[in-house]
Amino acid sequence: MQDFIQHIINGLNLGSIYALIALGYTMVYGILQMINFAHSDVYMVGAFAAYYSAKWLKIENQPGPGNLFILVLIAMVVCSLLGVAIERFAYRPLRKAPKLNILITAIGVSLFLEYAGQIIFGAEPKVFPEILNNDYLFEFAGLPIKTFDVTVLAVSVFAMLILNYLILYTKIGRAMRAVSSNANVAAMMGVNVDRIISFTFVVGSSLAAIGSVLVGMKYPKIEPLMGMMIGLKAFVAAVLGGIGSLPGAVLGALLMGLSEEMVVAYFSSTYRDALAFGLLIVILLFKPAGLMGKSTVEKV
Amino acid sequence: MFNAFKTPIISALALLAVGVGFYFGVNAYVQLTLLYVFINLLMAMSLNLVNGYTGQFSLGHAGFMAVGAYTSAYLVQQVPSFTGFALWFFLLFSIAAGGLLSAIFGFLVGQPSLRLKGDYLAIVTLGFGEIIRVALVNMDFLGGPRGIASIPSYPALNFGIFEMPSFLSTYLAASFWVLLCFFVIWRLVRSSRGKSFLSVREDEIAAEAMGVDTTATKVRAFVISSFFAGIAGGLMAHVVSYISPSTFTFLKSVDSVIMVVLGGMGSLTGSIVAAVFITTMPELLRGLQEFTGVDLRMVIYSLSLIFVMILRPKGLFGGTEAIDLWRKYVKPSS
Amino acid sequence: MKQSLKVLIMFVFAAGLSSCTKSTNEILIGEYGSLSGNDATFGISTNKGVKMAVEEANAKGGVKGRKLKLITLDDQGKAEEAAQVVTQLITQKNVVAVIGEVASGRSKAAAPIAQKYQVPMISPSSTSPEVTKIGDYIFRVCFIDPFQGFVMAKFATENLKFKKIAILRDVKSDYSVGLADVFATEYKKMGGTIVSDISYVANDVDFKAQLTQIRSKNPEGIFIPGYYTEVGLIAKQARELGIKAVLLGGDGWDSSKLNEIGKEAVNGSYFSNHYTNESTDPIIKDFIKRFQTKYNEIPDGLAAMGYDAALVLIAAMEKAPDLNPKSIRDAIAQTKDFQAVTGKITINAERNASKAAVVVQVENDRRKYVTTVNP
Repeated sequence: MQDFIQHIINGLNLGSIYALIALGYTMVYGILQMINFAHSDVYMVGAFAAYYSAKWLKIENQPGPGNLFILVLIAMVVCSLLGVAIERFAYRPLRKAPKLNILITAIGVSLFLEYAGQIIFGAEPKVFPEILNNDYLFEFAGLPIKTFDVTVLAVSVFAMLILNYLILYTKIGRAMRAVSSNANVAAMMGVNVDRIISFTFVVGSSLAAIGSVLVGMKYPKIEPLMGMMIGLKAFVAAVLGGIGSLPGAVLGALLMGLSEEMVVAYFSSTYRDALAFGLLIVILLFKPAGLMGKSTVEKV
Repeated sequence: MFNAFKTPIISALALLAVGVGFYFGVNAYVQLTLLYVFINLLMAMSLNLVNGYTGQFSLGHAGFMAVGAYTSAYLVQQVPSFTGFALWFFLLFSIAAGGLLSAIFGFLVGQPSLRLKGDYLAIVTLGFGEIIRVALVNMDFLGGPRGIASIPSYPALNFGIFEMPSFLSTYLAASFWVLLCFFVIWRLVRSSRGKSFLSVREDEIAAEAMGVDTTATKVRAFVISSFFAGIAGGLMAHVVSYISPSTFTFLKSVDSVIMVVLGGMGSLTGSIVAAVFITTMPELLRGLQEFTGVDLRMVIYSLSLIFVMILRPKGLFGGTEAIDLWRKYVKPSS
Repeated sequence: MKQSLKVLIMFVFAAGLSSCTKSTNEILIGEYGSLSGNDATFGISTNKGVKMAVEEANAKGGVKGRKLKLITLDDQGKAEEAAQVVTQLITQKNVVAVIGEVASGRSKAAAPIAQKYQVPMISPSSTSPEVTKIGDYIFRVCFIDPFQGFVMAKFATENLKFKKIAILRDVKSDYSVGLADVFATEYKKMGGTIVSDISYVANDVDFKAQLTQIRSKNPEGIFIPGYYTEVGLIAKQARELGIKAVLLGGDGWDSSKLNEIGKEAVNGSYFSNHYTNESTDPIIKDFIKRFQTKYNEIPDGLAAMGYDAALVLIAAMEKAPDLNPKSIRDAIAQTKDFQAVTGKITINAERNASKAAVVVQVENDRRKYVTTVNP
């Protein structure tokens, strides 16, 4: 029984990281109706930005919440800039083009970031600096709960609450919802669509950056291809929850994390990755709108 | 009726001449590269049928290649005593079997997936490709993660008066399949039945309204495309002599996508040119690579994808074929 | 149209240029290894050893009066790439022999090619027995996994006196699966119990699920015959979950990155290796000194094995009547009691080397020598 609870804790942890990245996918899809393949690679760049800045600022071996905060901030800035740049130069020219073209471009950007990363950062894994001590905090149901577990959950929840507030209770959030509903009409209402889209990318990329620093903290091995698998799984999570829906992305991600943990624990670890795809296929075939999405009718 | 075979036979003879020229003219490594070009040709042309002519985006092509490769490798392992002509003909059979199994998989994957549109179809096909790969990792009788090594390659053929070296016997088989693929797709798309592929690409709803069974059309394209991907896989197994699940990753599918996109979606000539270019590019880049010390290949490919999509989305050749250009520029109609 | 024609011509010209090689009187030796990718330290270390051996030989006048030229190609840690580059080395660069690889999976991909073209291949550290079975042109200068598994089983039983051990293997790696199987068999023969045998896949970062399962079985030791990249993380997560078992492993652990990733979690663990840099043997100490002068670091097991593989090849080339691949091959097969850095190497009938293994303990970046096990 204790093991089961441990698995639940592990799964929730995994899920919250997926959630941070899934939110980015779902927001961009909601607003641009495109899958931003490059999102997971922006995430990867965030991890490396944190790595190099830790080296540069010489705070590599000084764990502490202050340093965590600094690195997260730096990663967020770098990722936002990168996200906005990608949107501006690769996606904006194709706004009127067929969907297929944007998809291919997104794949191109993703590959470019991965391979340029391998050249610039080197392909062998790097060791992420220690930014927090994993101390024993308290006990829950007989299991030791440590700093990392709490931090990941706390930071993720905090980020999601802020995002929720942003979308529902601010003016810019309302503009984002308007553009995602109908960009043309929003423009007629005086919304600067381009700017809102850029802002969406900023928010999405920042969340990914937070995720990357948390992942670096928990699993200190980083390498240029680290985004691939996690990006795919986060995307599946977003689809599972209903792409375009923010609470759906979080729900889907938590489910994804939990099921992955259970499959590895009780079934076989080699099917861990295939589970993500299997889930995706099942969802798309039977309930393509996801758990919290709405089925739309395509008008001719 | 015989008229239908005129062009294929001429092309076959031309290819044969090229092959003999390569055998005597260049070293073993370049010969190997030529075989790789043929394998990539099959992948590019077959994917073009789905991505280019039918307008459906498939990212799982490597999965079908894997099915064909493993089938052929497995079958050949069952007959270790075959050599010479027996082996050559058996390989024809085993590769064809690989293609057929791939086609069946294509049907199984396509039937449910092709109801989805655009982005979703891409992700689902990617998913299927990965599932096939993970399944192979878990199949110990197929070598699991270690794959299958020492796969027999095409043998040298002893005709009595002369011996055909193994390169030429491989080349013969490879050109057969390439020509088959080319002419099947070429003729199919230009037939009246084939227009349905294009109609699905242009406007699916209108096509459905005109009575075209769009799902069946898409599945048809998918099945044919998977068949040839399986053939490509089978050929690869016998040329490289080693396959493992990590040979058939998402990146391999992306390779084929790059060839189709760069060459031109809807142009077989484009696919041919792109395949030749992409296969030989690493060699051309080798000098630059030794100078800079890094592998720039994928960086260049990905950047070209982006630039092509922004600047010339139709790709190098767009929807035109070499023969259209010939007719337009060289032989103005009177 | 004209523009693309010009570009095409430029490419063809560049291609022509890059494929011409000046013919010199040098003897060409090929090396393939993972200079980039997940286990890059393996390839880079091995390469350093091989390069040093070649340079030292050249300084002494080369072989048969001719200088040696080492051509190294990166297989990026991928098996199919290994097959590709070895094909290139043999058919395009025309090397007379090939050195490589560390990972058994990649050696197994490349060996059939060397065998097909009848060019001798010497693997410095591939331990899977199947590698040399591929053909009579394939050799290795290290011990094989059946021996290594036996070594660790013996160590666990006799030195550590453990009765219950769990195994955590990498199913994607040939080496890991082979070593795990041998260990399990030998350990059970010696009376121990395998309480759990679970797997992970290379490139995974999260092992909590598997480790939680292992934790519930309460083993005294966990045998992790994988590569350092995952072992570091596994050790860390095991300690985070409160697992106190001692960690045991094989030569895949041999990298300075092991404790960089694993930090304190790996301290106190044991693994079997080809050599120890704490040896008092004068030959080893001299090698370490020269290596340190050249590269400013202490050589790990892989560098030493790379050095030895090159030494064996160079000696064989000197002994052979001429420099045809076949003659070199025959000379390698006759290597007997050759004094290398990691011990006396004799190539036996299976084309493997019969050598002792050492068990070392991890203490930060030290690999403390514990014991030697002879075959």
